[in-house]
Amino acid sequence: MNLTDDMATAHDHADHGPAKGLKRWLFTTNHKDIGTLYLLLSLTMFFVAGIMALVVRIELFEPGKVWVTPEFFNQMTTLHGLIMVFGVIMPAMAGFANWMIPMMVGAPDMALPRLNNWSFWLLPFAFLLLSLPLLRELVGMASHLIGLNLFAGAGAAPDYGWTFYAPLSTTYGPDSTDYMIFAIHMMGISSILAAINIVVTIFNMRAPGMTWMRLPMFVWGWLVTAFLLLAVMPVLAGCVTMMLMDRHFHTAFFEAAGGGDPILFQHIFWFFGHPEVYILILPGFGIISEVVQTFSRKRLFGYSFMVAATITIAFLGYIVWMHHMFTTGAPYAAQLFFMYATMLIAVPTGVKVFNWVTTIFKGELTFETPMLFALGFLVMFTIGGFSGVMLAIAPADYQYRGSYFVVAHFHYVLVSGSLFAIFAGVYFWLPKWTGHMYNETLGKWHFWLSAISMNLTFFPMHFVGLAGMPRRIPDYALQFTNFNQIATVGAVIFGLSQLLFLAIVIRSCQKHKAGVNEHLPDNVWDGGRSLEWTRLPTPVPYHTFETVPEIGPNDTH
Amino acid sequence: MAHGTYYLPQPSNWPLKGSIALFLTTFGGANWLHHSTFFGLEFGPYLFVLGLAMVFYMMFGWFGTVIRENRAGLLSDKQVDHSFRWGMAWFIFSEVMFFGAFFAALFYARLISVPVLSGEQAHYYLTHLIFWPDFKDQWPILANPNPAAFIAPKSVMEAWGIPAVNTLILLSSGATITVAHWALLKDKRPLMLVAQSITILLGIIFLSMQAREYTIAYMEKGLTLASGIYGTTFFMLTGFHALHVTIGTIGLCVILYRMFRRDFSPTNHFAFEAIAWYWHFVDVVWLFLFILVYWL
Ligand SMILES: [Cu+2]
Repeated sequence: MNLTDDMATAHDHADHGPAKGLKRWLFTTNHKDIGTLYLLLSLTMFFVAGIMALVVRIELFEPGKVWVTPEFFNQMTTLHGLIMVFGVIMPAMAGFANWMIPMMVGAPDMALPRLNNWSFWLLPFAFLLLSLPLLRELVGMASHLIGLNLFAGAGAAPDYGWTFYAPLSTTYGPDSTDYMIFAIHMMGISSILAAINIVVTIFNMRAPGMTWMRLPMFVWGWLVTAFLLLAVMPVLAGCVTMMLMDRHFHTAFFEAAGGGDPILFQHIFWFFGHPEVYILILPGFGIISEVVQTFSRKRLFGYSFMVAATITIAFLGYIVWMHHMFTTGAPYAAQLFFMYATMLIAVPTGVKVFNWVTTIFKGELTFETPMLFALGFLVMFTIGGFSGVMLAIAPADYQYRGSYFVVAHFHYVLVSGSLFAIFAGVYFWLPKWTGHMYNETLGKWHFWLSAISMNLTFFPMHFVGLAGMPRRIPDYALQFTNFNQIATVGAVIFGLSQLLFLAIVIRSCQKHKAGVNEHLPDNVWDGGRSLEWTRLPTPVPYHTFETVPEIGPNDTH
Repeated sequence: MAHGTYYLPQPSNWPLKGSIALFLTTFGGANWLHHSTFFGLEFGPYLFVLGLAMVFYMMFGWFGTVIRENRAGLLSDKQVDHSFRWGMAWFIFSEVMFFGAFFAALFYARLISVPVLSGEQAHYYLTHLIFWPDFKDQWPILANPNPAAFIAPKSVMEAWGIPAVNTLILLSSGATITVAHWALLKDKRPLMLVAQSITILLGIIFLSMQAREYTIAYMEKGLTLASGIYGTTFFMLTGFHALHVTIGTIGLCVILYRMFRRDFSPTNHFAFEAIAWYWHFVDVVWLFLFILVYWL
């Protein structure tokens, strides 16, 4: 072993650019590379899960069977949900964390760079495992068309909804459930390691002078998110472990015949599941805070309140999980507690919305694409927040639960919330990363098409939901047809508009690769306050802050 | 050189090897559970074992790299040391939450599902009235709601036999590892080696006693994983704990080896402390287990 020599030479090489070829991406310990990998995985899975959503929407274009079997429909809703949550939103946010947190706190890289590589590279294998049953099924179908009979009797992909309730996923789960269980174990390891890395980076890698209350909101959002991940991903791992044991080793966690209870599954799942929604949105809140203040050319209004609100939301997020279980026969006292605790979350969230609006108020506004997505977020996320308060009211929830109203609600917070925040972030930082300004006209088209078609898709779902259309069913009563057709048209437009986004991103990456230098200013948007804008060139070099910067009071907020 | 002192490792292939290893383990494991065959060969167990071997190979190689980096003095920086410490601390926190899920299942069974199924909490619950009117509220359960589907044990585990002795053993091992730490700080090498060895020995004794207890449970008491919620929570909680003691004991052995290699100094011994924290964590989990699973 001449590892010491290796390390000595390698140390000198670190001053140069990245390694060449595929090895760069497989073995990298550079936070920017890993951030890019996360974002690319997210982009890929976005289209995979998006196609699944279109299968669902097209099936719902008319009552009765349109083109797929009910069984396949169930698999599509399940995988669409699982992949969008774990394979699109979470990796995208982790990609931003990797790119931005070290630069924003003035660190040379993440605290544990090798572990960082593992956090990412667990994910493609996890998603391979998760989608194998579906791939097998698709190959089987295709082979059937040409007269072969490959993978006959291989069984269905996961088909019980993304919440995989017991006993649908235990007693009645298809064989592929075990793939899903192990995939979730691997995603869990990935998330926990990533969260450890983020917490340690923020605790330990801040440059001198980068005090807690000078941290950009994006960093705060991710710090709180990382704690949520550390607390609830292990619980999800425990939950799927219990499923595995019940399925194969005759344990009785979710079996009333042995003294257990399927409702226990829901408690454990939602103890993870509710904080999970904040895991999906808090980094997005951070992005929106950065974008809104930059394009208003003002300091963020009420910074310390924003920090406090983020922490409060996370804390309350731990003690509201039973609002998903109002109709499970829980005692009224419990229902009341969880109802009020849930409604209480509207207060810190309201503080945030108020502060964003106040930041915009009397600002020197410009409306480039990131700002458009941020404004779209403000309006439509708030709509999703309001329908959330409606769902929190226990007696009303007896009516709404399991209906399309719920689907409308969580798509408003996830699509026009988390996803729009991700779009805002990509348009916001892409010029900084690549040194190339995306095509603003195309960006604006992308925004307007997405915003309009998003509402076309999900707004009618409020109505059919309130009128009683159940979710997760491939068929519906005749009177819901019009609204469902509007939703399907909206979904197809939304899906196609994302091709614009793909084209914009690919163009930027191509120009970056070709080495085109457009001489963009360091502070691309002329209002950025955090270190990546004020202290680093555009495009950012492969290694940043190798010498530790000194941070003063004027540096950030 | 423009670098600060913070050590940034070079590109590494250990993480990718680890991911492939875990993929093979889980893919093999899932197929093993279903006895899938490929051209007549049941491949699950082979892939599972291969994957597991790769996991060990990866851990060996990865930790080995870190140890060599430390010997080369690359990790001696205070800030790097802090990163490792914070990292370990939050890893243990996530482990606490993992155990929390299983403890939650235990509380839920004892406080909610068993009383409800027995009609104890509210006599009108239909599950009780219609399905299993004979089911009685008791803990540990000696008769399951459906006695045919889940065969209950003949008798329950006693707290004041092996478990009580095991509690003493683990608590003493917590003390001996603290002695080893003190000796390490004071540079008292022989005492450190002896205390560390005793800690390992206590860990091994604990594990053999636990194995003995499992034998009694399975052979004499008829208490198995399939004995209903009592057996489920008993074996899952103590089983995951025993797994952690095993990992901890292996870690302690590696540390002892490194002590012989003179890898540690009073100022540079993060790995020792990491395992010591882990060992205390396992210790505390056992106290909760003893009180809540065996005793009360
Ligand atoms: Cu919730």
